[in-house]
Amino acid sequence: MIKFEKRKSTSKLFKTSAPFLAVLLALITAGFILLFAGVNPIKAYSGMLQESLGSAFGISETLLKSTPLILTGLGVSLAFRMKLWNIGADGQLHIGAIGATWVALYSGLQGVFMLPAMFLASFIMGGLWAGVAGVLKAKIRVNEIIVTLLMNYIAISIVSFLVYGPWKDPNGHNFPLTAQFADFARLTSFFNTRLNTGFLLAIVLVFIMYILMEKTLWGYEIKVIGNNQNAAKYAGIKIDRSIIGVLFLSGALAGVAGFSEVAGVQFRLQEGVSSGYGYTAIIVAWLAGRSAIGVLVVSIIMSIILVGGDSLQILMQLPVAFVNLFQGLILFFILASEFFIANKPVLLRSKQ
Amino acid sequence: MKKLLLLAVISAFLVFTGCTNQPKEEAKPEPAAKAETGKEVKAAFIYVGPVGDAGWTYAHDMGRKVMADLPFVTETNYIESVPEGAESTRLITSLAQKGYNLIFTTSFGYMDPTLEVANKFPEVTFMHCSGYKTAENMGTYFGRMYEPRYLAGVVAGKMTKSNIIGYVAAFPIPEVIRGINAFTLGARSVNPEAVVKVVWTQTWFDPAKESDAAEAVLDVGADVITMHQDTPAPLQAAEKRGALAIGYNSVMSEQVPGAWLTAPVWNWEAVYTKIAEEVHNGTWEPSQIWWGMEEGLVDIAPLSDLVPEDVKAVVNEKKAQIMSGELKVFAGELKDNKGNIAVAAGTEMSDGEMLGMNFFVEGVQGDTGN
Repeated sequence: MIKFEKRKSTSKLFKTSAPFLAVLLALITAGFILLFAGVNPIKAYSGMLQESLGSAFGISETLLKSTPLILTGLGVSLAFRMKLWNIGADGQLHIGAIGATWVALYSGLQGVFMLPAMFLASFIMGGLWAGVAGVLKAKIRVNEIIVTLLMNYIAISIVSFLVYGPWKDPNGHNFPLTAQFADFARLTSFFNTRLNTGFLLAIVLVFIMYILMEKTLWGYEIKVIGNNQNAAKYAGIKIDRSIIGVLFLSGALAGVAGFSEVAGVQFRLQEGVSSGYGYTAIIVAWLAGRSAIGVLVVSIIMSIILVGGDSLQILMQLPVAFVNLFQGLILFFILASEFFIANKPVLLRSKQ
Repeated sequence: MKKLLLLAVISAFLVFTGCTNQPKEEAKPEPAAKAETGKEVKAAFIYVGPVGDAGWTYAHDMGRKVMADLPFVTETNYIESVPEGAESTRLITSLAQKGYNLIFTTSFGYMDPTLEVANKFPEVTFMHCSGYKTAENMGTYFGRMYEPRYLAGVVAGKMTKSNIIGYVAAFPIPEVIRGINAFTLGARSVNPEAVVKVVWTQTWFDPAKESDAAEAVLDVGADVITMHQDTPAPLQAAEKRGALAIGYNSVMSEQVPGAWLTAPVWNWEAVYTKIAEEVHNGTWEPSQIWWGMEEGLVDIAPLSDLVPEDVKAVVNEKKAQIMSGELKVFAGELKDNKGNIAVAAGTEMSDGEMLGMNFFVEGVQGDTGN
C-alpha cells in the first residue's frame, strides 16, 4: 500500500524542476494519445515547433500570442504571491478593452495623446474591476475566487451589450462590431507582421513587476502576507490595504492586455476579444512559480504550444479538441506536481 | 538555479526544432494526365464549428467533399472550431503560406481577417461566406435562405395547433432576422393566427443553451420548434416534449425521427464546385454570390411522413412560384411587429435592404435589440 505523508522539507532542485517534469510527462502522455490516434508524436511535435518557430511569421505570431498571456499572467502571479486567487483576469481584460475602446472611439482625443490615454483607461478600469473583489475581500471577507470568477461573466455580457447596442458601428450593416479605430489609435506593428509595440509594452511591464515584486519593500510585504498572515499582522503590515492594492494592480495588468488586443490586433471591440487568455494565465502563473521573469518565459512556451497546435489540425488532421486536451494535461500534471512537492509517497508493508 | 533550468528547457526546445525533419505534405496522387491545361486547385476551409456539429459546419464539409472529387482539385483541407476575429487571421495566413490557392472562410466573423490576409497574398483566391467586403482576389458567397425558410414557415403554419411556433435563434444579426421574418410570413400566409416566439441564445454552437431555449418556448405553449443554430439540440428538446421540429442546415431526421417535419437546407457543393472550376479555368472574378433555390444553393428538405398530402401540395405550389419569381417573400405591403408599414404596397425590398434587415415583421414576438 502507498500512503502520502507531508514532507518536512523539499529540496530546491525538486521544487524548481517539478513544473518542467510535469510538462514533460504531459508531452509523453499526449504522445501516447497521438500514437493511439495514428499520428507519430515526434512528427507531430516537430510540426508544432516548425509552425510556431520555424519561420519569421511563426515567431511573430507566437510572440503576438504571448503578449496577452504575459500581461494577464503577471497580474495573476502578483495576486498568487499573496495567496489571492484572481480567476477573473479574462473579465478584467474585457473591461480594459472597453476602456481603451471608449477612449479610441468616443473621447475625441487626437494624435499622440490617444494611445497613452487608451493605455491609462484600460489600466484603471481593469484595476477598478478587480478592485471590487479586493474591497469585498478586505472589508467583509468575501471569497475573491467567487467574486473574480463570476465578474468574468458580467464583463463579457457588458461587451456583448455594447457591441449589439450603443457602440454598434452605424455603418456596419447591423453586425455586432464597433467601428474600426483610427490609425493613431493603433499600435505600430513590425516588419509587415502583426507583432506590435504591445509586446514591447509587456516586456517593460515584466521588468517593472520584477523590480516591484523582488526589490521593493511592498513586494516583500506581499510575500510575507502570502507566507504567514499572522506574522505579517504582527509585523504591523496593513493587510487589508495590501489586498485591495494587489488586486487593483493585478486587474490593471489584465486590463492592459485588453488594450494591447484592441489597439494592437483587432482595432475594434467585438465579442471574443479574449481567446480565454485570462484562464490560460492561471496555468502560466503556476508554471512560472509566480515570478515575473518566469511569466515571460512560460507565456512564450505556452504560445509555442498554442500556435504550434495549428499544425496538428492543418498537417495531421487532428481535431481541435486535441490542442485543448494538451493544455488540460499540462495543468493536470502541474497540479499533481504541487501535491508531490508538499507530500511524499511512503510504501507501507502490510502486516502478516 | 531556476534561470539555468529555464535556459536548459529553451535550448532543448531549440535543439529539438533544429534536428527534426520538416513535415512533408502528402499530396493526393496526381490525376491521370488530362487534355485540359487549367490550374490545379488546392483548397482549404476555415470552419467556425466542428465538422461533427450535424449542422452549419457539417453542411459546408459535405460541400467540400463533393468539390474534393473534382479531377483538378489535388488537395482539400480544413481547420475546424476557429474563433471568429483576430485569432482566425493567423490560421488563414498559415493556410495561404502552405500553398493553398483557394481559401474559403465560412462565417461572418472572418470578414476582416480574410480581407487582411487577401491583401498579403494576391495570388491566392479567397471566398468569404456571408459578408459584404470584397477585394481583387476576394469574393463573397451566401444563399437566399429566406426562400426555403418561407416554405418551412408554411409547413409550421399548417401543422401548429396551438398557433404558437418557437424559434430558437443565435444572434440578432440581419441574416437571422431575415430568416425569422421569412418563416413568419410563410406561416401566416396559410395561418394568420400563428405567432412566432423568438428566443435568443447568443451562441451558434452550444447544445445545452440551445436546448434550454427550446424548453423556455415549449413551456409557453409552442407545439412546433424551429431554429437558427448549428446543432440539432432544440429539435431534440421538442421531440422529448412531443412537439414537432423543423431543422436547419441539413437533414436531421435521424436525430429526431418522431418530430421531424423538414428543414431549409444548404447545398454548398453548388457554389464550391463552381468556384473551383472558375479558379481552375482562370475565369474567376471577385463577385458577391447570393444564390437562391433556383441555382440550387438552398432548398427545402423532403417533407416527412408526418406532413399531410394537402400541406405538401401547398408547399410544392409555393416552391414553384418562388423559383419562377412569381412569389417574392419580402414584397409589400409588410408591417413590422410594432404596426408600422415596413414595405409599402406594390414595392419589394432590394437586396441591400434585405442584407441589412433589422426589424421583425408582424406576427413575430421578440426583440431585435434595435
